[in-house]
Amino acid sequence: MQFNLLVAACLLYVIFLFAVAFMVERRAAGGRVGWLRSPLVYTLSLSIYCTAWTFYGAVGYAARSGLEFLTIYFGPTLVFIGWWWLLRKLVRIGQQYRVTSIADLISSRYGKSNTLGVIVTLIAVIAATPYIALQLQSVVLSFGVFATGTPDGVTPPDAASTAIWVAAGLAVFTILFGTRNLDAKEQHHGIVTAIAVEAVVKLVALVAVGAFVVWGIAGGVGEIMARIDAAELSAWQVQPGRWTGLIFLSAVAVITLPRMFQVMVVENDDEGHLARASWAFPAYLMLMSLFIVPIAVVGLERLPADANPDMFVLTLPLAEGQGGLALLAFLGGFSSATSMVIVESIALATMISNHIVIPLWLRLRPAPEGQGEDLRGVVLMARRLAIGGVLALGYGYYQVSGGSAALAAIGLIAFLGVAQVLPAMLGGLFWRGATRVGAILGLLTGFVVWSFTSFLPSFGPGAVLSETVFAEGLFGLAWLRPYSLFGTEAMDPITHALFWSLTLNALAFCLGSLLSFPDPVERLQGAAFVKVFEGAVGPQRWARGQAEPEALLSMAQRILGEEEALSLFQAAAREQGKEGYLPDPTPGFLDTLEARLSGSVGAATAHAMISQLVGRATVTVEDLMAVASESAHIMEYSAQLEAREAELTRTAGALREANEKLMQISIQKDAFLSQISHELRTPMTSIRAFSEILTEGDLPPEQVAKYGRIIHDEAKRLTRLLDDLLDLSVLENGTVQLNLGLASLQQMLDTALTAARQTRPERSFTIHRDLPSEAFYIKTDADRLTQVFINLISNARKYCDAPRPELRITVRQRGGRVMVDFVDNGKGIPKSSQALIFEKFARLTDANRAGGAGLGLAICREIMANLGGSIAYLPGQGGAAFRVTLPLRLEKAAA
Amino acid sequence: MPRSNRPLFLARAPYKRRRLRDAARLLPVLGVLLMVLPLMWTPDSRVTLRSWDVAYFFLVWIGLIALAAAFAPGLRAGGGSEDEED
Repeated sequence: MQFNLLVAACLLYVIFLFAVAFMVERRAAGGRVGWLRSPLVYTLSLSIYCTAWTFYGAVGYAARSGLEFLTIYFGPTLVFIGWWWLLRKLVRIGQQYRVTSIADLISSRYGKSNTLGVIVTLIAVIAATPYIALQLQSVVLSFGVFATGTPDGVTPPDAASTAIWVAAGLAVFTILFGTRNLDAKEQHHGIVTAIAVEAVVKLVALVAVGAFVVWGIAGGVGEIMARIDAAELSAWQVQPGRWTGLIFLSAVAVITLPRMFQVMVVENDDEGHLARASWAFPAYLMLMSLFIVPIAVVGLERLPADANPDMFVLTLPLAEGQGGLALLAFLGGFSSATSMVIVESIALATMISNHIVIPLWLRLRPAPEGQGEDLRGVVLMARRLAIGGVLALGYGYYQVSGGSAALAAIGLIAFLGVAQVLPAMLGGLFWRGATRVGAILGLLTGFVVWSFTSFLPSFGPGAVLSETVFAEGLFGLAWLRPYSLFGTEAMDPITHALFWSLTLNALAFCLGSLLSFPDPVERLQGAAFVKVFEGAVGPQRWARGQAEPEALLSMAQRILGEEEALSLFQAAAREQGKEGYLPDPTPGFLDTLEARLSGSVGAATAHAMISQLVGRATVTVEDLMAVASESAHIMEYSAQLEAREAELTRTAGALREANEKLMQISIQKDAFLSQISHELRTPMTSIRAFSEILTEGDLPPEQVAKYGRIIHDEAKRLTRLLDDLLDLSVLENGTVQLNLGLASLQQMLDTALTAARQTRPERSFTIHRDLPSEAFYIKTDADRLTQVFINLISNARKYCDAPRPELRITVRQRGGRVMVDFVDNGKGIPKSSQALIFEKFARLTDANRAGGAGLGLAICREIMANLGGSIAYLPGQGGAAFRVTLPLRLEKAAA
Repeated sequence: MPRSNRPLFLARAPYKRRRLRDAARLLPVLGVLLMVLPLMWTPDSRVTLRSWDVAYFFLVWIGLIALAAAFAPGLRAGGGSEDEED
């Protein structure tokens, strides 16, 4: 194969990618995203997980350590097939809070702390540098494969200049499409689509080589199985700890790698895509690994012993004379390397510019009041320089390390480096108690341990860490040896580093979180992130500050550009019902503005810029309480409503009852009126009749005396009736004069019994009393109380219908009150009438009408009310039963 | 925080969906089990690779992917609603 043909193919391929990216950008600019944002493109873009390390390195890995390479794909498979809920939460937060990178996520979660942003950025850059170097190296190696022994006499450039050309070319491509615009959502349609195309190319290439090996060389599946059995590949390094450790590590890395975060979260448009990716991405990984073992086995078998197994994918087709296939494989490997480098450098450049360059710039060159230069230029320039810088770092690392042979080891070390973000990230997503201090401590601890046990030793003994450190430990302390920290020698280096760095990291994170107290912004952000699905907490609330809308506008223009800032402000002003471009700086508007800005420069910077203008740096604890009490208010309000409703129901019930009672009383009153007129009329009639007879004269004197007595008796009856009515009205008005004094209850009952004997004197009544219990004095109006007793006993005498009437009088004292029960053995009062008997003019059956106008109990009730007590009917006592309750000592005031 | 507006019991379809999510959540556990299992078959002396080992892993892998694909539409059905965190 001719080398210049290879270069030409390579250039053509790059031009093709340029064209794809350019066309997509054009479409996206026209708003026609359509299929560009389909689950398929999303899944394919996730495939940047498979870098050149996969494409070339996996075969080498398999040739060296058997099936262990599978662990690198098992981890992501496990995460995607089952833990989409974790990914979905990430994506939801990313969309809701316009997260621009993993550093932005961490910084935003922990109170928009830029310190954290810087730490995560540095860790990511340091961990990614060797990885980028790895990609460069793989491209250089693959060029080298074609360059060796070129028959056409073209002298291929040496490795170093190839690397520099590749790095420069990648930088140009990335800058052109990654930093064309400062998007509010930090999305790059062109690049994502180009990466999806590259994903297809690398899959097709690897599967083509694999198919050629299986069916072209080996001659079928059964044949290849036999060869695998025959080959002396080691199955795996028989260490279950390492096997599971690597699965865990790759599972963590797929979430925390900056480039994975970029395509998975930042470039995501639709959470629903995750559902498709949950099986499609593992399927992609599976297809990528399907032919690794066959290629490794056949390569080991066919190629000379000194051939680099990392390059089998290329050298096998070349050795078999399949130039075209080799070219395809080359393009596949080229795709793997370039797509990874492009996305990684975009992600890192965003982090560097948002968390390091812009904050520094703003600090060093504070804008003059009211105006400042267009920051967008600065941001874009910072990103371009950062992309160049990241690639230069990768190139530098490649030059310094001199292209070490084993790609896989570097990959794992990089994985472990970014994995240090895991505790702070998961803690931030699921634990509201996670604090900034904890996150900083955890990250720093993890970073230091990782550097000491994994990163620095990777340069080899004597390079960074001296050989004595390897042998005797740091400062000569044996428990500080890089590969056996605290004397743990049983693990291999990567498992050892994984175990100690993540354990100590998580420990520091938890301890720091438990022992520190978060500030209000942190607490607000924590609640907003952890409860993102409940939507209970809005974003940061700005208090209405003294910010000048004009200053805000000029600041927004610096970042968003004039046109966009103006339209944003105009829309906000219109929403507030104002004309023009200057809305009031309400909390809501400030939130919107901050969200918009943070899409461009990250949460921490946006927050700092706005708080500079608003004048108050943070929310206060009072604001937090206000947010909390808002929801509490709503709940309280609904509870109040419920209580009010219950009260209304009660009132309605009471009203209904009262109404029924009123109706009955009205009926009774009518009945009574006829009754009372009858009662009044009867004596009046006899008085009139007898007085007429008397006026006629001519009567014997004894007759006159008899008629006179009758007239007198009837007049007395009338008077008594009128007295009762009068008494009742006095009692009801509360104008009665009480004559308080000490009196014996026993005496009062005696008096009452004697007096009541006049009622139906013909009936013999058995009275049950417990004399000792009655022997005490109470302070009350004795006459009035006796009147009540007389009334009750008389009623019993009148109405008790038992053949052998009995009356039981029971006296009890309870807590300063006296209760006197009168229970007879008649049939009692029917339930329907019990509510009425104390009403005026109430009278029950006509059967026992023994005179009286039905005022007795009504008077009793009024008397008892005046005496500070009560009278009630006791149901269920085997007869009519009344309970009189009154205070033992009635004070004047209560009267 | 009280979630008073969440129903304690669900209708049949949401209930099924929630159990489907539970199943999806358990899938990685099954996956880990199956991926680690072969390490326990291997006697310490045997270090060479058998073709059946390769076949086993890929069969497990395909099985997991198929299960995930079967679950995926159900996951999306209630997608975005707030009831699925637990």
